[in-house]
Amino acid sequence: MTTWIDKAMPGLVIAPVLVPLAAAALLLLMRESNRRAKAALDIAACVVNLAVVVALAAWTTRGDAGAVGVYLASNWRAPFGIVLAADRLSAMMLVLAAVLVLAAALFAVPRWHQAGAHFHSLLQLELMGVNGAFLTADLFNLFVFFEVMLAASYGLLLHGSGRARVRAGLRYIAVNLAASSLFLIGVAIVYGTVGTLNYADIARKIADVQHADRGLLHAGAAILGVAFLAKAAIWPLNFWLVPAYRAASPPAAAVFAILTKVGLYVVLRLWMLLVSVDPSALVVHGGDALVAGGLATLAFGAVAMLASQNLRALACYAVVSSSGTVLAAVGLGTAPLVGGALYYLAGSTLAVATLFLVAELAERTREVEAAPPDVDVAAPHLPFYVDVPGQGESSAFDDTGDTLLIGQAIPAATAFLGMSFLAVALVIAGLPPLSGFLAKFAMLAVLLDPRALDATSASTSIPVTHWLFVALLVGAGFTAIVAMSRSGARLFWAPEGRATPHLRAIECLPVAAFLVIFAAMAARAGPIVDYTRAAASGVIDPARYIDAVLAASPVASAGDAARVAPAEARR
Amino acid sequence: MEVVVALAIGVIGGSGVYLLLRPRTFEVIMGLALISYAVNLFIFSMGSLALGDEPIVKPGVAADLAHYTDPIPQALVLTAIVIGFAMTALFLVVLLASRGLTGSDHVDGAEPDR
Repeated sequence: MTTWIDKAMPGLVIAPVLVPLAAAALLLLMRESNRRAKAALDIAACVVNLAVVVALAAWTTRGDAGAVGVYLASNWRAPFGIVLAADRLSAMMLVLAAVLVLAAALFAVPRWHQAGAHFHSLLQLELMGVNGAFLTADLFNLFVFFEVMLAASYGLLLHGSGRARVRAGLRYIAVNLAASSLFLIGVAIVYGTVGTLNYADIARKIADVQHADRGLLHAGAAILGVAFLAKAAIWPLNFWLVPAYRAASPPAAAVFAILTKVGLYVVLRLWMLLVSVDPSALVVHGGDALVAGGLATLAFGAVAMLASQNLRALACYAVVSSSGTVLAAVGLGTAPLVGGALYYLAGSTLAVATLFLVAELAERTREVEAAPPDVDVAAPHLPFYVDVPGQGESSAFDDTGDTLLIGQAIPAATAFLGMSFLAVALVIAGLPPLSGFLAKFAMLAVLLDPRALDATSASTSIPVTHWLFVALLVGAGFTAIVAMSRSGARLFWAPEGRATPHLRAIECLPVAAFLVIFAAMAARAGPIVDYTRAAASGVIDPARYIDAVLAASPVASAGDAARVAPAEARR
Repeated sequence: MEVVVALAIGVIGGSGVYLLLRPRTFEVIMGLALISYAVNLFIFSMGSLALGDEPIVKPGVAADLAHYTDPIPQALVLTAIVIGFAMTALFLVVLLASRGLTGSDHVDGAEPDR
């Protein structure tokens, strides 16, 4: 197996961009009425993409320090051409995106892809944008892939149309266009002061920036930061998130769970690259702001979860609070903590996506239930919808008292949804035995260890920030339990005689697969946390990344050089 | 020349931000268009302003930075213009859809209560 991966490198690095691009182009050419074939092609492309990124992830774990796969587009050397680079962090995010998009494609088959045109093409383009953003090693290409990702997300958000979606879409697009302008301003300032756009080259040259230009550079970095943090849903820049994600169709919302993580990934990657070379200035400027913003976001998400009245809003605020957790961990910036946060990020992203899917399946029956039951006007009791005390003997009997409800089988669909919801609640709230608990434990263990931040320091006191983080992390878990058990009780316990949701096997498949992933993530937590910690240390100490990108040599033969010219090099 | 360009960027950008914060969708789209013009000018000026200099090495002209202008910002601006144009067009479609569905050109989809 290793041999064919070796042969495929470095082409494997660009495959996660090319596969969805080709699939999206083919899907566009197919007739809209031919839905089954479109869905089949979409799912096939997702499976191919998943196989590619898993192979890539396997390749990046080689050696003690891990390997960095570098692809030189059009065979141009690193600082001059466009570079794609895959290290362990990129590969992990790619796998996460591939799983989510595959799940959304499967989930959309029975119902949702009929709600509008070109759903599958948009899904593939979204995947292409996200994959590109994770792979690129160049600031301006990051902008291009961001725009691909955002353009596809506008389409996905509007999928199904309707007043609510168009209204939410209008604001979502306006906010993102404004953020993109900030992004461009930041890119221009960084280019103007450092003179390059390549991540590795920026990290190398940033130390040479003259003192007079330092202020400008910091301002540029801060403007870039605002653009990414708005995408990562940091408080107070996250007002756009909840209306948009709530209005989106469920499979689209499940995919959107990865979009905030793109913002987080970029913050982690770029900030660490800049800090590693120039710790003094940027740590002072950036670290505290990231921690404060992350903690405020976490607190906001936790409180808003309590206030949310339905499952979708709950899922949206779970996105917000998971962003806050990861941001605060990134701001504190030690490898074990960030490693734990990355493990948390993987679990919480999948959990939120599952919650969007489960919410749709569970709330389907509400439409049936919405009309009030027929009321007999002549009846002696008031027409209350809820159980009236004294009416009916016991809740264990149905109205006629003939059949005992105890011992009756719960419909399989309801039981499945209930179990899925329970699992999601455990992951989001961070209760044992699933991965959410282990992830929070991994972070808390580092936060409460006074020597974790600085092994040489003799002091055994724990900084106030750490205590605050611990308190918020535990508090957010508590509010999540309260909010989730309230909605769960309302959805799965209260109704008697509500119609059983009609589920199709292909819709349940992604949800069931997510449950298996949660169990696997908990069972194999050791190796996974080792991987995320290695990924974190690879990004916190990016010397290998920088060396790999700058040392990558062009492909020798002329035939190869012609072969590797990818689409985005021809912009 | 730097002052003129800086003032132009400032005026266009300021007008764009003002329009972006207005309640009508048409004003918002004009604001976004103006902001993107300002940003494009800004990127362009980051490659240092020069009149009549070549971006690509030309035979007969000494190959040093005194005789050439930086081509990278020009390439960036080209990409940014294309992307910004496409996004504005897309926004325009959503704006029209919103107008059609709600019957109002207010960004909230309905006139605020007075």
